[in-house]
Amino acid sequence: MTERNVRIHVPALTRVEGEGSLRLHIAQGEIEELALDIFEPPRYFEKFLEGRDHAEVIDTVARICGICPVAYQMSAAQALEHAFGIDPGPWARAMRRVFYCGEWLQSHALHIHLLAAPDFLGFDSVVGMAEQYPDEVRRGLRLQGLGNTLIRLLGARSVHPVGACVGGFHRAPTPAEVDEMLAALRAGLEDAVALLRWAASLDVPDDHQTFTSVSLRHATDYPLAEGRIVSDRGLDIDCGDYERHFREEHRPQSTALFALLDDEPYLVGPLARLNLNFDRLPETTRRLVDATGVRFPSDNMFHSLLARAIEIHIAVVEAIRLLERYQAPDSPQVAVSPRAGVGIGATEAPRGLLWHRYAFDGNGIVRSARIVPPTSQNQARIEVDLRRSLLALGLDRDDADLRLRAETVIRNYDPCISCATHFLSLSVERR
Amino acid sequence: MNKPSIAVHKFSSCDGCQLAFLNAGEELLTLAGLVDIRHFLEAGVADEQARVDIAFVEGSISTDEEVERIRRVRENSTLVVTLGACATAGGLQALRNLDDSHTAWKNAVYAQPAFIRTLDRAEPVSAHIKVDFQLWGCPVNGRQVLAAVRQLLFGVLPAVVHDKVCMECKRQQAVCVMVTSGKPCMGPVTRTGCGALCPRFGRDCYACFGPADDVNTDALSQRLEGLGLPPADVARRFLFITSQAPAFHAAGLRHYRPGFVDD
Repeated sequence: MTERNVRIHVPALTRVEGEGSLRLHIAQGEIEELALDIFEPPRYFEKFLEGRDHAEVIDTVARICGICPVAYQMSAAQALEHAFGIDPGPWARAMRRVFYCGEWLQSHALHIHLLAAPDFLGFDSVVGMAEQYPDEVRRGLRLQGLGNTLIRLLGARSVHPVGACVGGFHRAPTPAEVDEMLAALRAGLEDAVALLRWAASLDVPDDHQTFTSVSLRHATDYPLAEGRIVSDRGLDIDCGDYERHFREEHRPQSTALFALLDDEPYLVGPLARLNLNFDRLPETTRRLVDATGVRFPSDNMFHSLLARAIEIHIAVVEAIRLLERYQAPDSPQVAVSPRAGVGIGATEAPRGLLWHRYAFDGNGIVRSARIVPPTSQNQARIEVDLRRSLLALGLDRDDADLRLRAETVIRNYDPCISCATHFLSLSVERR
Repeated sequence: MNKPSIAVHKFSSCDGCQLAFLNAGEELLTLAGLVDIRHFLEAGVADEQARVDIAFVEGSISTDEEVERIRRVRENSTLVVTLGACATAGGLQALRNLDDSHTAWKNAVYAQPAFIRTLDRAEPVSAHIKVDFQLWGCPVNGRQVLAAVRQLLFGVLPAVVHDKVCMECKRQQAVCVMVTSGKPCMGPVTRTGCGALCPRFGRDCYACFGPADDVNTDALSQRLEGLGLPPADVARRFLFITSQAPAFHAAGLRHYRPGFVDD
């Protein structure tokens, strides 16, 4: 029997955010080389933030990612308020959760329908999928649109919204606008329920593996815009202690940095959040999940798509709950007076933990910035998963199968390469 | 009948402008019926070398590879349309051009800077190839993009918006934030297209759509100084998202000291 030698090259991965490639080289039936290359050019945000005024930070960091600008704005707002000793108060905290719910809805619906589901249903793109699954695709696009509408309520536009500021928001929605939004959310709830059931019914690989989940944890609610950093291996720290436990390293093939927890890969994102916060689900969401028969915590990475669908339901339920008790505030923001110091913020971006640290001088000018996005935290985990997923599939499978499985594994993490400054292209090589 | 073909190419950017297509909902499916989408990585279509009628380009040019790639896009496309601030004016990443900061920044961020192949400058697409039509905005306005696509499909170049944000404010009957609250609004020199979102939310415009035509930046600079802004703050107002747009670049540099240091 001869061992095949295979070299597959996918120069530009599709249906991921940003640009990346994967090189796979199999020789004598073993993986010789397996590397996820992210070659998205760096844009040096952390450096050009230096010298900018504190009031410009929220609008600047939004531009790191067009799909999750709210996450960048919310981590930055928290860090700046920490630095200046400001509490934005209960109204702004509640509205930040609502704002963030809009982004989870938009980003998760985009990922499930336009990026991930075609893998599980056998299509190249959503356009082909829409011909055979028109109702499912339209339902997904409606939920994505609902998320964008929710972001616009507080941010005026859904990409790089302009409503958030240090201390709260620039403008409070009117009660009439909130009522209109509530009606749209209630109408969308049925779609969210149907999506959750559909996602649970998708035939995904039954693939169990060992990994460490990391996410925020909140005293009472499902984590979004604040909390402590926890893992399922006993980590439980204030976000100010992040740098004592996590470190980033730079590897040659990548323009992103790889983050490690105690020198080991770890998972952030929807599945990690759900694994660590199942007891924080809204009651209606928990009942729906129980009825699917899928149990959490789950060690099947392919439950990530279902986890996103569950979080879409959480987002709709949570936005309704918070907006039902809406009262217009006297002022949408508290006063801000900058002072010298360091501030740290951590929130749950759609793709996972997003950690920021800024140092300011006495005039509120940025002196240094450090931003750790979710994708650079997942990068090491993706490579571990790729290796074992391909071994589990069998290296003797044909190139098309290997390539599809590799791409499916990568897309399953919803990598946001513009955030991570990484790009993916896959080359598989067998010799 | 052959459908017109389009491609969407990404360069150094945040992906936010291609969301004009991916966020279009039902209209994305309509568009897919009207045109043949030949290359659009994030949507799942990969054929970088495809010949197309219209290429939409997001992002600035900031590596050697991108210089080569944008030339191929030009060769393979009848019309090239830039989408947004990065493609049209370099975007935020072009702030490294101000003080030739690239090498220092690369060495500060990466432990192994030798592996990072970015160029010293981030440039708009028009610095490298002929561009047929430009859409401004950070991000572009999705309605504007779809309207432009429709006009291009009818065989005409889209109507260009020349107005300033101030004009849009008047049309929207928004209260002027500069006159009533003394906010350092960039509306008098900024191209409209956003719908005057910031003033309508009670805040000052920060010029994410770049300069309008025939702007009086000197008069606005004087007004900003009159509001109490020190020179570094005036420079920051002009040298932000579209710092490489000539009108803003010149106006900003009159107040700028390296690193935005104040006197």
